[in-house]
Amino acid sequence: MKAKFLIPLLLFVVLVGFLAVGLNLDPHEVPSPLINKPAPAFEVPQLGQANKTFSPASMKGQVWVLNVWASWCVACREEHPVLVEIAKSGLVPLIGLNYKDKREDALAMLEKQGNPYLLSAFDANGRVGIDYGVYGVPETYVIDRAGVIRLKHIGPITPEILKQKIYPLVSELQKS
Amino acid sequence: MKPLFLAFASILFLQCAFANDAAPLADDPVTEQRLISISEEMRCLVCQNESLAGSRSDLANDLRREIRTLIKEGKSDDQIRTFMVERYGDFVLYRPPVKPITWLLWIGPFVILVIGIAVLLGYLRRRNAVAPSKALSAEDNQKVDALLAGLGKDERDEK
Amino acid sequence: MIPEFGHYALTLALCVALIQGVLPLVGAHYGRRELLVLARPAAQTVFLLLAIAFGILAWSFYANDFSVLYVAEHSNSQLPVVYRFGAVWGGHEGSLLLWIFLLSTWTILVSQLSKALDEFMVARVIGVLGLITSGLLLFVLTTSNPFERLLPAAQDGRSLNPLLQDPGLVFHPPMLYMGYVGFSVAFAFAIASLLSGRLDAAWARWSRPWTTAAWVFLTLGIALGSWWAYYELGWGGWWFWDPVENASFIPWLVGTALLHSLAVTEKRGGFKSWTVLLAITAFSLSLLGTFLVRSGVLTSVHAFATDPRRGIFILIFLSLVVGSSLVLYAWRAPKNTLGGKFSLSSRETFILLGNVFLVVSAGSVLLGTLYPLLIDALHLGKISVGPPYFNSVFVPIMIPLLVLMGIGPWTSWKNTDLLTVIKRLWLAGLIAVFAGIAIPLIMGQFTWLAGLGFLLAFWLIASGCLQVIRQMKIGKPTRSFIGMQVAHLGIAIFVIGVTMVGAYQEEKDVRMFTGETVTVGGYQIQLVGVEVVPGPNYQAIRGTFSLTKNGNSQAFLHPEKRSYFSSTMPMTEAAINTSLTRDIYVSLGEELGDKAWAVRVYYKPFVDWIWGGCLFMALGGVLAMSDKRYRLKLKRVAA
Repeated sequence: MKAKFLIPLLLFVVLVGFLAVGLNLDPHEVPSPLINKPAPAFEVPQLGQANKTFSPASMKGQVWVLNVWASWCVACREEHPVLVEIAKSGLVPLIGLNYKDKREDALAMLEKQGNPYLLSAFDANGRVGIDYGVYGVPETYVIDRAGVIRLKHIGPITPEILKQKIYPLVSELQKS
Repeated sequence: MKPLFLAFASILFLQCAFANDAAPLADDPVTEQRLISISEEMRCLVCQNESLAGSRSDLANDLRREIRTLIKEGKSDDQIRTFMVERYGDFVLYRPPVKPITWLLWIGPFVILVIGIAVLLGYLRRRNAVAPSKALSAEDNQKVDALLAGLGKDERDEK
Repeated sequence: MIPEFGHYALTLALCVALIQGVLPLVGAHYGRRELLVLARPAAQTVFLLLAIAFGILAWSFYANDFSVLYVAEHSNSQLPVVYRFGAVWGGHEGSLLLWIFLLSTWTILVSQLSKALDEFMVARVIGVLGLITSGLLLFVLTTSNPFERLLPAAQDGRSLNPLLQDPGLVFHPPMLYMGYVGFSVAFAFAIASLLSGRLDAAWARWSRPWTTAAWVFLTLGIALGSWWAYYELGWGGWWFWDPVENASFIPWLVGTALLHSLAVTEKRGGFKSWTVLLAITAFSLSLLGTFLVRSGVLTSVHAFATDPRRGIFILIFLSLVVGSSLVLYAWRAPKNTLGGKFSLSSRETFILLGNVFLVVSAGSVLLGTLYPLLIDALHLGKISVGPPYFNSVFVPIMIPLLVLMGIGPWTSWKNTDLLTVIKRLWLAGLIAVFAGIAIPLIMGQFTWLAGLGFLLAFWLIASGCLQVIRQMKIGKPTRSFIGMQVAHLGIAIFVIGVTMVGAYQEEKDVRMFTGETVTVGGYQIQLVGVEVVPGPNYQAIRGTFSLTKNGNSQAFLHPEKRSYFSSTMPMTEAAINTSLTRDIYVSLGEELGDKAWAVRVYYKPFVDWIWGGCLFMALGGVLAMSDKRYRLKLKRVAA
C-alpha cells in the first residue's frame, strides 16, 4: 500500500535527471546523418577558374577538409584566420565550398583576408549545400581517403576545436 | 455618410462585374498543394519554430524549390521525405518516424490509458469491499431531519 | 535613484517573504499562536513591497529610463505608451517579476478572504505561499534583477519585438500568469492539509473556488494567446503544439481533472489522496512550464533569452518545491481514511474515469514535448515531435472523454442505474448522429472527421439541454449546475469551431493587380489599391481590399506590411473581417514585379467559435464559483 505513494516522486526524479542533462545540450543543433557515409558526389565550377570544375572524387586517396563559407557570413570571417593557420601548417588540404555567394564578393574576401583553400567550389544556387545537409554557414567536414565523411562541425572553427577534434582525427585517418 | 458609401459601393459593384479574377501565385496549383502538405510536416532548420511550409528563410525557399522539383519528377511523398531525412536527419520531420526509439512515444499514451482505466476499475472494486458504508443511526437521522426542517428550501438541496 | 528603490523593495520583500514563509509554518507545527498571527501581516507587507517594485519598473518604462538595462533592452522612446507598459513583462526579468507579483496578489486575496478558516490552516497556506515567493525572489535577485543599471545610459532603447507590439501583450501574459500562479493556492491548501495530517472534505470545499478561479484565468489566458497568434502571425493557424503552448495546456488539463476531483472529495469525502496529488501536480506543472520557457532546453518561438545559470537555478527550485511536496505526500497521504462507498456505476466513477483521460492526455502532451530532449539526452539521436504527432494522439484520447461528458452529469452519486441513464439519453444520441451526418452535407462535403466532430459536439449540446429541461421540472437550478452546463456547452462550441475550420476552411494564394478579384468561401475580395502609410514607429504599406458577397459590399480590409524602424524584418499585419459564422482573413505578401502583389486570403468558417467556446468555459467557471454556498459563508462571516 505504501510503495505506490512513492511513484510520483520516482517519476519526478527521473524527469529532473533528464532536464538536468538537457541543460547541457543544444536543442538547435542538427547532427548530420552523413557521418560515416560517402561524401555526396557533385561537379561544379571552381570559384577562381570558372572554366574548370571540381568534384570530390578528385580528392580520393587523400584525407581532406571541406569548409562551407560565404562572403556574406559574419562568422565565416571570424573563422577565417584559423583556416589560414590550417593552410600554413600544410597538415591537411583545405577545399572551400563557396555557398550561395556572388563570385566578385567571394573573390574580394579571399583577396582581403587571404586564401587558405587549395581551391573553392562555387555552389551558386546552394544545391550542393542541400546534398551535404548544410543549414547554416560556416560548416566544416573532414573526409577520409575513401571519400567517407568522418566529422561535421557546425559553426566557426576555433583553435580549441582544431586542436581537440580536427587535427587528432586527421592524423588518425592519415595513418591508415 | 450613407449616400456616399452607397455610391462608392455601386461603383465597386460595377467594377466587380467587369473585374478580372486574380491568377494563382503558384505556376502549378496541384504541385503547390502537394508541396504544402509535405512541407507542413517538416521543420525549417533555420527558423526552427516554423514549418518548412511557412518559413520565409533562404534555406526554406531553396528546400521548397527542391521539393517542387522532386514532385515534378514524379517522386512519391515517402521518397521526398527520405530525401530530406538523408540530408538533415529525423530532426527535419515533425511527424516522428515510427521506429524502436519512438515506440514509447507513439504507443505509450494508449497503453497508459488502458492501464489507467484498468487500475481505476480494479481499485474501485477492491475499495467497495473495504470502504465503510456510512449509514446513519436512527438517532442521527432524527437530528438530521430536525436540522433540515430548520433550513430554507433553497439551501437544502445542492446538486 | 528610483530604480534602486525598486531593487531595495525587492530585497526587503525577500526578507519579509522569508518571515511569511518560515514562521507561521513553525508556529503551526509547535502550536505557537504568536507566530501564526504573523502570516497575514507578513503577506500584506510583501504585497505592498512588490507592488512598489512593480510600480517602479512600470514607471521606468513609462519615463523611458534607459539607464535601466531591462528597459533599454525592451523599450524605445517611439514605442506607444500602452506597449511600453506591456513591455514591462516583455522579457524574462520583468515577466518573472509579474509572476511573483501575481503570486503575492493571490496570497493577499487568500489572506483577506479566509476569515472563517481555521487559523492553523491559514497560517500554513500563507506560509507555503511565502516559501514559494521567497524562492522566486531569491532567483530574481541573484540572476534576473530587472533593476540592473546600464551605465552610461543608452540614448534610446532597443525596442520591443514588433510581434509583441500588440494589445495581446497587454492582456495575455497577465491573464495566463494569474492562472498558472493561481494553482499555487490549491497547492498550498494541499500541502497545508498534508502538514496538518487532517485531510477532510472541508479542505476540498475551501480549495474549490480558488482552483476554479485559477482555472478560469488560465482558460482565458490560453484562449487569448491562441487568438493573438491567429491574427498576428499572418497565416491563420491558432494552435501549433509549440513547447511553450504545451507548457500552459498541460497544467490546464490537470487543473480540469483537479476541479472535478475536488467535487468528488467535497461531496463524498473520497479520493482525497488523489485530489491532493492532482493539486501538487498542477502547480508543479506550472513551475515546470516556467523552467522549460526560460532554460533553453527546448526550441520554441516563445522562449526567452536563455542563460544556463537561470536554468540551473529554476531546476533546483523546481526540484526542492516539487520534490519535498512529493516526499510529504508519500509520507502523509497513506494515512488518509477512505471516503464513502460508491458503486462502480455512479457519478464518482464517471468523474474519475474522466480524470484518467485528462491526466493521460496531459501526460501524452508532456511526453511529446519532452521526447526530443529524452532521446538527445540518451544520445540516441535528434528527432522532432510536432503537430502531426500531437493531433494523432491527443484527439483520439479526447473522443471517449467527450462521450463520457454527455453521460456523467446524468448519473447520481453513490449508485446509478445505467439503464435509466441510457433511456434518458437516447434522444441526445439520435440528435448527435443526425447532426454528424446532416451538417457536413449542408457544408458541401462529408468527411468522417467532420462528422465525428459534429456528432460529439451535438451529443454534448443535446445531453446538456435535456439535463436543463429535466432540472427545471424538479426545481430552480443552482449556479453550480448552470456553471457546469455553460462550461460543458463551451467545450461543444469549441469542438464545432475546430471541426468547421479544420474541415471547411478555404485558402488561396494569388498574384493580384489592382482591380483583380479572388473568390473564396463565396466571397469576392478585390484589390482596390495600395498606399504607403506612416505609423508611430514604423512605415507601412497598406492595401485596401473590398469584401463583397453576391454583389453586396460588406466591408473594406486593410492588411499592412510594416517596416519598424527598430527592426530589419518587415512584419505582416493581416486584416480580418469577423462575423459570428466566419472570418475572412487577408494577408499582404511581397510586391512582385510589375505592380502585382502576392496576396493570401482565407475563408475560415466558425473560427471564432474556438475562442467563443473558451469564453463559455470561463463563464461556466465563474458561475460555479459564485454558487450560493460560497456566498453564504461570506454572508455568515460578515454577520
